[in-house]
Amino acid sequence: MPKQSSSPPTTHFWQGNQACAEAAITAGCRFFAGYPITPATEIAEHLALKLPTVGGTAIQMEDEIASLGAVIGASWAGAKAMTATSGPGFSLMQENIGYAFMTETPCVIINIQRAGPSTGQATKSGQGDVMQARWGTHGDYTSIALSPNSVQEMFTLTIKAFNLAEQYRTPVVLLADEIIAHMRENITVPNPDKIAIINRKKPKPQDKAFFGSQEIPPMPAVGEGFNISVTGSTHNEHGYRFTADQTIHQRLVKRLIDKITNNKDKITDFECHNIDNCEVGLVSYGCTSRALYELIDFERKEKTKIGFVRLKTLWPFPDAIIQRMAETAKTILVPEMNLQQIFYEVKRAVEGNAQVIPINKIGGGEMITPEEITTKIKRGTKHAH
Amino acid sequence: MPTEEFSIRKYLRDVPLPFCPGCGDFTVMDCFLRAVYELGYKDLHDFVFCSGIGCAAWIPSPHFEADTLHTTHGRSIPVATGVKLVRPKLNVVVFGGDGDIAGIGLSHLIHAARRNLDITVIMVNNMIYGMTGGQVAPTTPLRVKTTTTPYGSFEHPLDATRLVVAAGASYAARWTTVHREQMKEAITDALKTKGFAFIEAVSQCPTAFGRRIGLKTVGDMLTWLKKNSIPFTEAKKMTENELVGKIVVGEFVRRRLPTLTETIQDVIKEATRSGEAS
Repeated sequence: MPKQSSSPPTTHFWQGNQACAEAAITAGCRFFAGYPITPATEIAEHLALKLPTVGGTAIQMEDEIASLGAVIGASWAGAKAMTATSGPGFSLMQENIGYAFMTETPCVIINIQRAGPSTGQATKSGQGDVMQARWGTHGDYTSIALSPNSVQEMFTLTIKAFNLAEQYRTPVVLLADEIIAHMRENITVPNPDKIAIINRKKPKPQDKAFFGSQEIPPMPAVGEGFNISVTGSTHNEHGYRFTADQTIHQRLVKRLIDKITNNKDKITDFECHNIDNCEVGLVSYGCTSRALYELIDFERKEKTKIGFVRLKTLWPFPDAIIQRMAETAKTILVPEMNLQQIFYEVKRAVEGNAQVIPINKIGGGEMITPEEITTKIKRGTKHAH
Repeated sequence: MPTEEFSIRKYLRDVPLPFCPGCGDFTVMDCFLRAVYELGYKDLHDFVFCSGIGCAAWIPSPHFEADTLHTTHGRSIPVATGVKLVRPKLNVVVFGGDGDIAGIGLSHLIHAARRNLDITVIMVNNMIYGMTGGQVAPTTPLRVKTTTTPYGSFEHPLDATRLVVAAGASYAARWTTVHREQMKEAITDALKTKGFAFIEAVSQCPTAFGRRIGLKTVGDMLTWLKKNSIPFTEAKKMTENELVGKIVVGEFVRRRLPTLTETIQDVIKEATRSGEAS
């Protein structure tokens, strides 16, 4: 009898990528296909070692296109499946991400961000793929992307990524970064009975509509006798192509978007500090957000009321919590390791109710320091008064 | 041999076929389903079909009454890899054209053959991009005029069958749509093969290829295919120059090698027993 999880519930000193791989196994992942790329390779290496011990398969494919292709095939064969990559590989996967979205194929794509564009700085952290995780493939679609800021969250958010993929029948991106993926921290692996695991809804024998009728239709696997027709072309609820019909196309694409946006409140996740009473707000995520905790001391010393939202879900974007912060905050700062990506989302969400100031740094894997943020806070509050 | 008479309709969904009159895809579909019938399958429940983009990708999807995965262009083999590794007992068959399999998806073909992945790939080679209206393909003969090579192709065509043999396929054969009986037999052998099996079905596209090379009717195209076909054993006695523009037909390889699913199942057995690699 294969084991359900490869590690006992206890405290470990793990690397972020190892925590991600262990979490995948705990979430029920039994198929991994990937291609070596810094800084994500340790996930493939760890799963290659561990997946066979629980009866699963890890295979190194010829490229990232094939990797996500194999993951999609495995998912339709009934397995929970994932791949792991970084920016260049994530770019190659975009067409199949669109296919997974259009065919409602649950799968998890781990993107350990490094500094781009192109080969960029392969070993240096970055947060430049935020918009690519939202809009990377062509056509109208919406995506789910999660952002861990600790080794512990590499574990919990990887499990969450699988749960969301299964629940909403859609690809989910875990958008981590090199710093979180490569650092080592203490992590507590909860008891398996304390971890909620969601599995895709399976059809009843008489079911025939696997691509519509319900907001999230049930999903059979191949070989179960349902004779499923899966296609990336526009299709009706039975999976048959309608490549010229306006109504069917609009109905399909709108439902695929609505099933995520209608459940936005259930999907979005964030950590808040003092947001209802703050003069200065901060919005950050991933490795950059670790500087936010240092600001609580600054707050005490300078007597400036600081609040922050630390995003665990980047997409769908949690407008409501940002708007709530903007009710009292005159200034909102957005530190991120890119040249303004979430910044514009925050600006859009506050609807002019606060001044939004970007703090950006790219290259060399250099993080934004608490001092750089406090300098901006001092300047920003002066400016606002 | 089953007792009931062959009827193609038994394997098909009630969806109109999209192919042009005279298209070779009808022949390939017929040969495949006859092979399935002769192997004793009354339906296609034990099969999963993966295809990409292009006319030949429509042979199984959505027409076969079976599980059909119509994937992105060129990526049917990777998707088939995931399906086969999770459900090794199912017969996984890939259909695609020369553009899909030997153009955009070529590296996946080579690697699937190298891994000896236990699937059957049927590549319908019409020497042209037919669905998009007749552009040059990696299989188009040298100096043939297409819409993107109006002065004649500059490039040498690819021999996909010899390529998969070199890469490690367990079975490979090439026949044309003129050789219906041989193609059906070859597909039967391919489906029985343990390991990677490849069928190249050289086919006529009267709409986007035949009329451009001066072959006005389907009959002219079939005559051309027949005239240019050289049996594998005879081709061995000919020089490379003598074989330019010829279609070598026959069985290229048949061998028993460890397959990918066999090896992976062994690894899983060992790993679940010992806990972890040492």
